[in-house]
Amino acid sequence: MSAPLLSAEGLTLRFGRVPALLGVSLDLFPGEVLAIVGESGSGKTTLLRVLSGQAAPQEGRVLYRGQDIAAMGEAALRRLLRSEWGYVHQNPRDGLRMSVSAGGNVGERLMAAGVRHYGRIRAAAREWLARVEIDPARMDDLPGTFSGGMQQRLQIARTLVTHPALVFMDEPTGGLDVSVQARLLDLIRGLVADLGLSVLLVTHDIAAARLLAGRILVMRRGEVVEQGLTERVLEDPQHPYTQLLVSSVLAA
Amino acid sequence: MSGVPGFSYAYLDEGTKRMLRRTLLKAVAIPGYQVPFGAREMPLPYGWGTGGIQVTAAIIGPSDVLKVIDQGSDDTTNAVSIRRFFRRVAGVATTERTTEATIIQTRHRIPETPLREGQILVYQVPMPEPLFRLEPRLAETRRLHALADYGLMQVRLYEDIVRHGAIATAYNHPVMVDGRYLMSPSPIPAFDNPKMHRMPALQLFGAGREKRIYAVPPYTDVVSLDFEDHPFRPIRAPHACALCGAADSYLDEVLTDDSGGRIFVCSDTDYCATRQAARQAAE
Repeated sequence: MSAPLLSAEGLTLRFGRVPALLGVSLDLFPGEVLAIVGESGSGKTTLLRVLSGQAAPQEGRVLYRGQDIAAMGEAALRRLLRSEWGYVHQNPRDGLRMSVSAGGNVGERLMAAGVRHYGRIRAAAREWLARVEIDPARMDDLPGTFSGGMQQRLQIARTLVTHPALVFMDEPTGGLDVSVQARLLDLIRGLVADLGLSVLLVTHDIAAARLLAGRILVMRRGEVVEQGLTERVLEDPQHPYTQLLVSSVLAA
Repeated sequence: MSGVPGFSYAYLDEGTKRMLRRTLLKAVAIPGYQVPFGAREMPLPYGWGTGGIQVTAAIIGPSDVLKVIDQGSDDTTNAVSIRRFFRRVAGVATTERTTEATIIQTRHRIPETPLREGQILVYQVPMPEPLFRLEPRLAETRRLHALADYGLMQVRLYEDIVRHGAIATAYNHPVMVDGRYLMSPSPIPAFDNPKMHRMPALQLFGAGREKRIYAVPPYTDVVSLDFEDHPFRPIRAPHACALCGAADSYLDEVLTDDSGGRIFVCSDTDYCATRQAARQAAE
């Protein structure tokens, strides 16, 4: 087995007396989709923020390609975040620039990476909009005129345009209606397979985790209570909390 | 004048001038970087050149010759008042000739006559932060400068081309200084931007209200932002000056009557007057 792309060792973070993370360790291997599931307030999003360097843990460390991200410095971390990494927010308005056209949103990471050719930026934006099933004719429209599902797909296009190796997704299907969710999950699954992405997917939606993830990590009150292959965890949950979680999924 | 007890040369007290000079030295050492300073109340309102006048007061000496222009013009209220102010408080000679001046304080223009070594151009700057309007948090803009993270500005230019078909900033077009810092050239027309590139004169920028000073040392690279396939173009009205006939200077449009009559004249009054005098002498 190859070396992990991202690994965390003993992450602990408390907000005052409230523990958000308690000794969380995990490994993410290249090309793997790892889902982090758990109820609201279990520390999922905090874990994602710590893993992506946006919050510092009080104990433990995060290694990216064997390098401690805390020792990298802010400049290097930012460079990572806008080139090799991607972050898809739950609310597309957090990840998009609402005053900038769809094409500009997709092109921003290219421009930040130093591309200075208008025509090539347009061509890349057009290609990516088509890939996420947005009509390229709407390239010059503002994201505010898009539906929620389109905004989320636009955010994904904007994130993937620089071909990141690792993408953090925070509830990418949250707030969308069920049919739109299904199409979005399908789209993400296709892109992940095509691009060989490694993904850390935070979700409370067990169905989304089942569809996308190879491995699952179950969190409760800041602790990892169970982890393993998706099929194994969902078919044969060991921890009482996981059993509760799996049994509470509504059968369609 | 300096012998009068209780009088401090060039209006500011010595402590303030020392603070300003230290700020200026730092600004010159880091081209394009905005250095904070403790701007003082000056006897003119904010927006009239409080930053520029403080920079001028800190560098002026009795042997200097001062020229002040406002939008290229030597004879506007602001320019006349600031010239008179320094004649009184610093006892310096003033001029309207670009070639004779050692210090030129300017608002919104660079003189047409090329500047030479030894001259200092002092800009009055209303808003020193080029990322203003793109990023509302000043702490964040400072972080973006520190990390040279200027993709945002490029996105704005991209949006300009999307909406207008061309880069539409006619003035205050952002520049990269020495390949490192993004800088606002103050609201000079884009036509003047190329003059800043490798200029032999020292360029100092003072923003009084925003309390920032920055500088471009002589012969420093100043490059206007653009795209490879949409290169930066200095824009001027496609006319010749109605008074001196110049076809290469920046023009103001002037209404001449109430029936739509208008002429284009040089915005730089000294340049125009010099050319008219030369033409009369030749005739």
